[in-house]
Amino acid sequence: MSAVVAEHDEHHADDHHGPAKGLLRWIITTNHKDIGTLYLLFALAMFFVGGSMAMVIRAELFEPGLQFVDPAFFNSMTTMHALVMVFGAVMPAFVGLANWQIPLMIGAADMALPRMNNMSFWMLVAGVLLLASTLFMEGGAPNGGWTLYPPLVLQPITVGKALPFAVFSVHLLGISSIMGAINIIATIFNMRAPAMKLMDMPLFVWTWLITAFLLIAVMPVFAGAVTMLLTDKFFHTSFFNAAGGGDPVLYEHIFWFFGHPEVYIMILPTFGVASTIIPVFARKPLFGYASMVWATGAIAFLSFIVWAHHMFTVGMPLAGELYFMYATMLIAVPTGVKVFNWTATMWKGAMSFETPMLFCIAFVVLFTMGGFTGLMMAIAPVDFQYHDTYFIVAHFHYTLVPASIFILMAAGYFWLPKWTGHMYNEKIGQLHFWLSAISVNILFFPQHFLGLAGMPRRIPDYAVQFADWNMISSIGGFIFGASQLLFLYIVIDTIKGGTGEKVTDEVWEDASKHSLEWTLPSPVPYHTWTTPPAMVPTEHVLDTH
Amino acid sequence: MKQTKQLFAGLILMALGLGTAQADYTLNLMKGVTKVSNDIYDLHMLILWICVIIGVGVFGVMFYSIYHHRKSKGHKAAQFHENTTVEIIWTIIPTLILIGMAIPATKTMIELDNVQESDMTIQVTGKQWYWDYKYLNTDIHFESHLDEASEKVHRTVGADPRSVPNYLLSVDRPLVIPVNKKVRFVLTSADVIHSWWVPDLGWKKDANPGFINEAWTSVEKAGTYRGQCTELCGRDHGFMPIVVIAMEQPEYDAWVVKTLEQQKQKPDLSDQSRGQLMAHGESVYLKNCVGCHQINGAGVPGLIPALTGSAIATGKWEGLDGFLRAGTAKMPSFSKLDAKEFAELMTYVRNNLGNKVGDELQPKQTALPEDDD
Repeated sequence: MSAVVAEHDEHHADDHHGPAKGLLRWIITTNHKDIGTLYLLFALAMFFVGGSMAMVIRAELFEPGLQFVDPAFFNSMTTMHALVMVFGAVMPAFVGLANWQIPLMIGAADMALPRMNNMSFWMLVAGVLLLASTLFMEGGAPNGGWTLYPPLVLQPITVGKALPFAVFSVHLLGISSIMGAINIIATIFNMRAPAMKLMDMPLFVWTWLITAFLLIAVMPVFAGAVTMLLTDKFFHTSFFNAAGGGDPVLYEHIFWFFGHPEVYIMILPTFGVASTIIPVFARKPLFGYASMVWATGAIAFLSFIVWAHHMFTVGMPLAGELYFMYATMLIAVPTGVKVFNWTATMWKGAMSFETPMLFCIAFVVLFTMGGFTGLMMAIAPVDFQYHDTYFIVAHFHYTLVPASIFILMAAGYFWLPKWTGHMYNEKIGQLHFWLSAISVNILFFPQHFLGLAGMPRRIPDYAVQFADWNMISSIGGFIFGASQLLFLYIVIDTIKGGTGEKVTDEVWEDASKHSLEWTLPSPVPYHTWTTPPAMVPTEHVLDTH
Repeated sequence: MKQTKQLFAGLILMALGLGTAQADYTLNLMKGVTKVSNDIYDLHMLILWICVIIGVGVFGVMFYSIYHHRKSKGHKAAQFHENTTVEIIWTIIPTLILIGMAIPATKTMIELDNVQESDMTIQVTGKQWYWDYKYLNTDIHFESHLDEASEKVHRTVGADPRSVPNYLLSVDRPLVIPVNKKVRFVLTSADVIHSWWVPDLGWKKDANPGFINEAWTSVEKAGTYRGQCTELCGRDHGFMPIVVIAMEQPEYDAWVVKTLEQQKQKPDLSDQSRGQLMAHGESVYLKNCVGCHQINGAGVPGLIPALTGSAIATGKWEGLDGFLRAGTAKMPSFSKLDAKEFAELMTYVRNNLGNKVGDELQPKQTALPEDDD
């Protein structure tokens, strides 16, 4: 990082603040790049923590019967795996990318609210640590599923002392996310280079802008829902207690009003990164920029009015079932537009297949498969069979692992050379890709069969006819888990110097035609765009000009 | 297609050396045994094939492009970036497909929802961790627990599940219904949310505490159909299966008569040997207590008290008896047990699970005054 300090002087002679020395730099930093790095490293650490929990789950499910863990601990693992992956890994990783990339891409010197930026990161750490601390409490970590449905999660024989800690953790994570979202919106609206109109922005910036609004809209809803759990448990309210005039299904409605936009919070920035990377390696402008923006907006809007498709079997009136079925099916249209646009971007390009592109192609294919099963589940009567089985587990893991996670990997390979000035080892990168892409399918594809054959989710033991596919799935899981250590190695290796090859400013051929960050030196100086760029690249937005 | 897939799957399994005698796995949704379940299966296949066709088209174009339009082959990138006609087409065609899909789906949804004009009604109550069935307007009312063989194996580390027929999918008392009758279910729960699912009937429905949901079935083929709870309901969520036996009308009628007779029988209050008390006591324990207090009576630290060495369990038996009948805020009342079961259970708990009180209780001792008449 000393190179970064040295270089910044020649570019910004008027600004002599370097980073603070030593560890304090990372604690007090207000620099968007430092905070981005903190977010990304924290997310990577949590990816391995959440991943270890998945390994425990797959080990117990390797064979029928009870082998390693108690059923309650198994339930804690499924619950904590989800919470850690969603709130500790995927969301922070995208905030980290936003921190690094949004100012670079829009020609801003930093985020609009740098001190709040620091606070949102450290609040995230506090929130996740508080959640993780419940693992060591009497009665164990929350084990009622990540959805925290009452009355189960309020039951003294099910959840011990963990509930108030989990609730307070959700509050902290929510505040952190909301501050992060406000910061991103303020930055995008106020700090763009004067030359950059909204419809000039790279899609990563667009998708994050829309995601940030989703976050502000739904995180308070989740915080409210868990607060009601808290008062039901400790202050004798009856929001969700039928005996006191409440309704447990009310919680499900509130939760999924948050929960459905939440899954798009994890997938919209994914779309943005894919739309950023694919054109560079197809050496072609993105197809249908404007329709990509509108499709993102449409998906975000629809995400608010489809929540009860998570609850088709909860006992809704017929009109409710039908409405939520139709609204959910509609999502296939804008999502389809996106997939067609990516395909059309590749069509007649001059493609090359470096690691980031490989991950993007796998994303398009495997995410589309997750989309197909999503469409199948939208058909309400059929969901009466699919609901709460391994078919659902397969579906949402296809939309999260080879989608969000793969794209985060792609982003790492794509931007690490820019951030560090070092090239990663392409051979190991490709090995990581192929191992991941093959094992992720061995891991999750058989789960479709298990679900259709009748295996419910969230069970630690199962009937013997499910044994073979579970064993195959577990083998895939172990290979996938082990393969990710390669990524850890590559990240460390690249930071330390990588292949030793000096990367150019634009790193990838003609990348500077696509987005502003590639016009900056590599590695990126500590302070950038103290003077906004006069011109912005328009390769990606030709159709609006 | 199905055969091809099964063959393919079989080959993979053989290659991995996993082909076991019990590998009667399925890869696809089951058709089930009702008209609704068959309609649902048809919808499932329709939407599956639509997805496969779209997938083959889109991925075909993509892989053609990946193969031919690559830089290493010297392909020069075209620079087009929009085409309004194409974009309108690929917005409209999916919309039309969706409308085409929505029509049959709506029909099936309406059918699934229509609980009118049923021939009989069964109340299903989910409880941690078993099902309680009550045939409305009759006296038939019983509980359905996981069978004892599965219960013992799944609680023993290293025990072989393959030694138990229908491991985790068997119960002590199955639900019995007549074929070709419209059976209406009203579902509720006594504690947390459960969900009642038998794949062959084509649906699952949540059992919510304090509320009643409705569903129905009309089974066309006599047989035994198995399912499981599908809403996480605590530590033993995986261990509350459902077994439905659909019988021809005459057999069903005979079952009703027999069941009513059995229910009228008073429990046998005659004395038992110590061995009998302990053996029967274990069965009562496995059915009613083991989910919380565990197979060795150790409970769960921080959540559930141990029975081993417990002052209540090993104190005066009258105290334990009163405690079990009353229940607490955390533990339900067990006043549903009869005098015989009380005697057996208490003898077992006081002289096993690490306890050695040394007494034995006979049904006559534990009988309440009203049991005598």
